[in-house]
Amino acid sequence: MKVVVLGCGRVGSAVATLMSQAGHEVRMIDRDSASFRRLGSDFKGTRVVGRGIDEDVLRRAGIHDADAFISVTSGDNTNIMAAQIAKEKFGVPRVIARIYDPIRAEAYAKMGLTTFCSTCVGAGIIKDLLTGEPVKSYEDYSHLTSELGR
Amino acid sequence: MYVIVVGGGKVGYYLTKTLISEGHEVLLIEKDRQQAATLMEELGEVVMAGDGCEVRVMSEAGMGRAGAVVAVTGDDEDNLVICQMARRHFDVGRSIARVNDPRNEEIFRLLGIDATVSSTKIIYSLIEQEVDTGQVVPLTALKRGDIEIVEAELTEQSPVIDLALKDVHLPGDSVIAVLIRGDQIVLPSGTTRFAAGDTVIALTRPDDERLLRELMAGPGAVTPGPSGAK
Repeated sequence: MKVVVLGCGRVGSAVATLMSQAGHEVRMIDRDSASFRRLGSDFKGTRVVGRGIDEDVLRRAGIHDADAFISVTSGDNTNIMAAQIAKEKFGVPRVIARIYDPIRAEAYAKMGLTTFCSTCVGAGIIKDLLTGEPVKSYEDYSHLTSELGR
Repeated sequence: MYVIVVGGGKVGYYLTKTLISEGHEVLLIEKDRQQAATLMEELGEVVMAGDGCEVRVMSEAGMGRAGAVVAVTGDDEDNLVICQMARRHFDVGRSIARVNDPRNEEIFRLLGIDATVSSTKIIYSLIEQEVDTGQVVPLTALKRGDIEIVEAELTEQSPVIDLALKDVHLPGDSVIAVLIRGDQIVLPSGTTRFAAGDTVIALTRPDDERLLRELMAGPGAVTPGPSGAK
């Protein structure tokens, strides 16, 4: 699949590497070209410098024929806005936004956006490791957004 | 009315002062502690320090009883989230967003934020009104942007010259409201013919503006800046 990744931080670069190694076509966007060093020199995808809420930048990254879009910048609001642009304006079939704030993650999930709240998943797993409970499935942890998102 | 203003920059500051002088109850939320403290010195208790994007802060601010929320931070993504959360989470009746990048006005509208203000676009429209180029100039937007009033000066190259109004296929629901011909105001009927030098005032929907523009000014007409319609 053709996937556009916004945000070349730890998670973004890791996803890009995994997807690229699995044979998918990855287009990475970051507003700081220095971030691309996380991809490594044998990264086969494309790199676009710019802001992900700027339509011109998204177009340069090939959003119009993308099968998927993920926004994993350090800013929740940027991820939220970019994901909505990808979904509502460009009709990208699969859109995921990483949102740190459990409340916003829950709210936007209710609005129909696929959100990934790493805060909830991380906190849930650590809690289970501490209490000795078996690690659960992703679905179980993502339900924590409802509890933490109050 | 209780109005919450998010963003304590110049726009937020002057807006707050204006609202207070008009007798409204206002709360100004500013994220930067130092800036908030400075504002508090002058404006007093109407200032609250906090991140207006956070639901906890919105709750403390009494967003649930606000009649309107105005998002005037310097970042469009923050203004978008503030308005969306205020509407969805707190059911605030009216949300107004400042849009710094005029191209984002379209996406805000697409996402349900009807009232947006782009000072770039307003100033650009004012500049365009002074420019005598025969292009179609958007004058104003009515009904939350669903209807635009546009002005076009017809030149010899206009495709509609010498055509009767009834023979011109206007795009969508567009309406020619009036022709200004020299000193005269002409209320056009079906048999009125367009002439070079006419100033046409038309009502149109944003989606039809481009086609109307091509019809009035010709296919080579350039978009007069960030009008929102592409």
